[in-house]
Amino acid sequence: MKSGSSLERILESGQFAVTAEAGPPKGSSSKVIQRKGDLLKFCCDALNVTDNQTAIVRMSSLSGCVLLKRLGVEPVLQMVVRDRNRLALQSDILGAAALGIHNVLCLSGDHQKFGNHPTAKGVYDIDSIQFIQMVKTMRDEHEFLNGEEISGDVPLFIGAAANPFADPFEFRVIRLAKKVKAGADFIQTQGIFDMPKFTEWMKMVRDRGLDEKTHILAGIIPVKSVGMARYMRNNVSGLSVPLEIVDRMADAKDPKEEGVKICLETIEQLKEVEGVHGIHIMAVAWEDIVPRIVEEAGLMPRPVV
Amino acid sequence: MITLEQKQFAQIKEMASHYDRLLVLGCQTCSAMSFAGGEREVKELASMIRMERKISGKPGDILEDAIARQCDPELVDLIGDKVRGCDAVLSLACGAGVQMLAERFPDKMILPGCNTTFLGVTEELGVWSERCAGCGDCILDKTAGLCPIARCSKQLLNGPCGGSVNGKCEISKDVDCVWQLIIDRLARLNRLEMLEEIFPVKDWSPAGHGGPRKMIIEDLKS
Repeated sequence: MKSGSSLERILESGQFAVTAEAGPPKGSSSKVIQRKGDLLKFCCDALNVTDNQTAIVRMSSLSGCVLLKRLGVEPVLQMVVRDRNRLALQSDILGAAALGIHNVLCLSGDHQKFGNHPTAKGVYDIDSIQFIQMVKTMRDEHEFLNGEEISGDVPLFIGAAANPFADPFEFRVIRLAKKVKAGADFIQTQGIFDMPKFTEWMKMVRDRGLDEKTHILAGIIPVKSVGMARYMRNNVSGLSVPLEIVDRMADAKDPKEEGVKICLETIEQLKEVEGVHGIHIMAVAWEDIVPRIVEEAGLMPRPVV
Repeated sequence: MITLEQKQFAQIKEMASHYDRLLVLGCQTCSAMSFAGGEREVKELASMIRMERKISGKPGDILEDAIARQCDPELVDLIGDKVRGCDAVLSLACGAGVQMLAERFPDKMILPGCNTTFLGVTEELGVWSERCAGCGDCILDKTAGLCPIARCSKQLLNGPCGGSVNGKCEISKDVDCVWQLIIDRLARLNRLEMLEEIFPVKDWSPAGHGGPRKMIIEDLKS
């Protein structure tokens, strides 16, 4: 075991994993995270706590992770290189280890221009792939980036993101291979609506044998309304929402039900894709739907490891 | 070249308003190339300030001049008499030129009439774009001659990120994704395998993060 996290144990034992997102609040109340933790703890193996997602300032990811741990929920610490240089990243990694956090997701982060402080200076001292490599070295070699020795263990299960829908398509799998080479133990993908493109990408992943070197969790975004489907189709870079999904949402009598139906169909298809080892549900502002989706997808009860 | 843009007139007017006798001083190299502060722009700006002062009934003389380079002390010293005869100098040079004037004329107020924008190229008449970040450790041999430090919004060395769509950057449809350009160029050169290796962490100390930079060629020093 690299980290001893439940997520690692579930994935390493070959079981289908379920993770979801629990975004921290734009405020100091611990209740928001606690509510999400209580809601999701029985239907997910671990919860990702986002790190100033879309470059909007929120409670820190590390604090959110600690709040979840107190409830007995396993957190995934999301960390972006947009806001921290190599010193801050490494010190937060040590802090996470000290606080008993065992999963980390290493990201670039959405550009600060999108957020609520668009005039901020972006850090980008190292990139996400270099970050993965740095955490792996900290864990496996007990060394900082500068080669100095770290006292104590850094048992972290290292995650990374992958977006099969961004361009250039043919290079996406090469970049995934770089992340795996850098040390990504698991991958959480962008939300999947375009199944043909995803299966094509997965074939390229298998052709390179990457599915045997890392655990791929396929991203699910429950869609609540036709407006949301349209917005994602037209405005979110790197998200591929086919017109068919928008039309289905537009024609539905009960759009929320249709959204759930789309999710369940997607999960059914994903279960059949060789090399997909789990799902990651990003139900932004609709966390309440996650338990039902997991239940109706036949993924309950979650394994106890 | 170093690109510059002239500041908004309202801002120039405000900063110049405290000084009666003002020298508008152009720079004939980069600033002239940017159409921000060559001889012609000096003339135009000086007339605008004169006109504005006349309308608002403010006193004072507006003088004009332009020198070859404001970043060179010998050339700056040549206009010493003119500068000393004024209350302030409105420099239309880059930030380096403004500071050279401040250094050579310690008793004079020097005002910046331009914003120094970037190190770039002329794409076509009237269009410039950034190409170099002056990071002090060129990597263009590894990135097909296209710079991710200057041209990737996240300065990724192992790009492109998940926001690259149709060759454009996630921050704007008007910004090319330089990693798409790098991949296209390496594919054309049949060297795409160069990107399979993980690009190591960058040393930012020559990029200015090691403190203000200085360059010395011993043989040339007098």
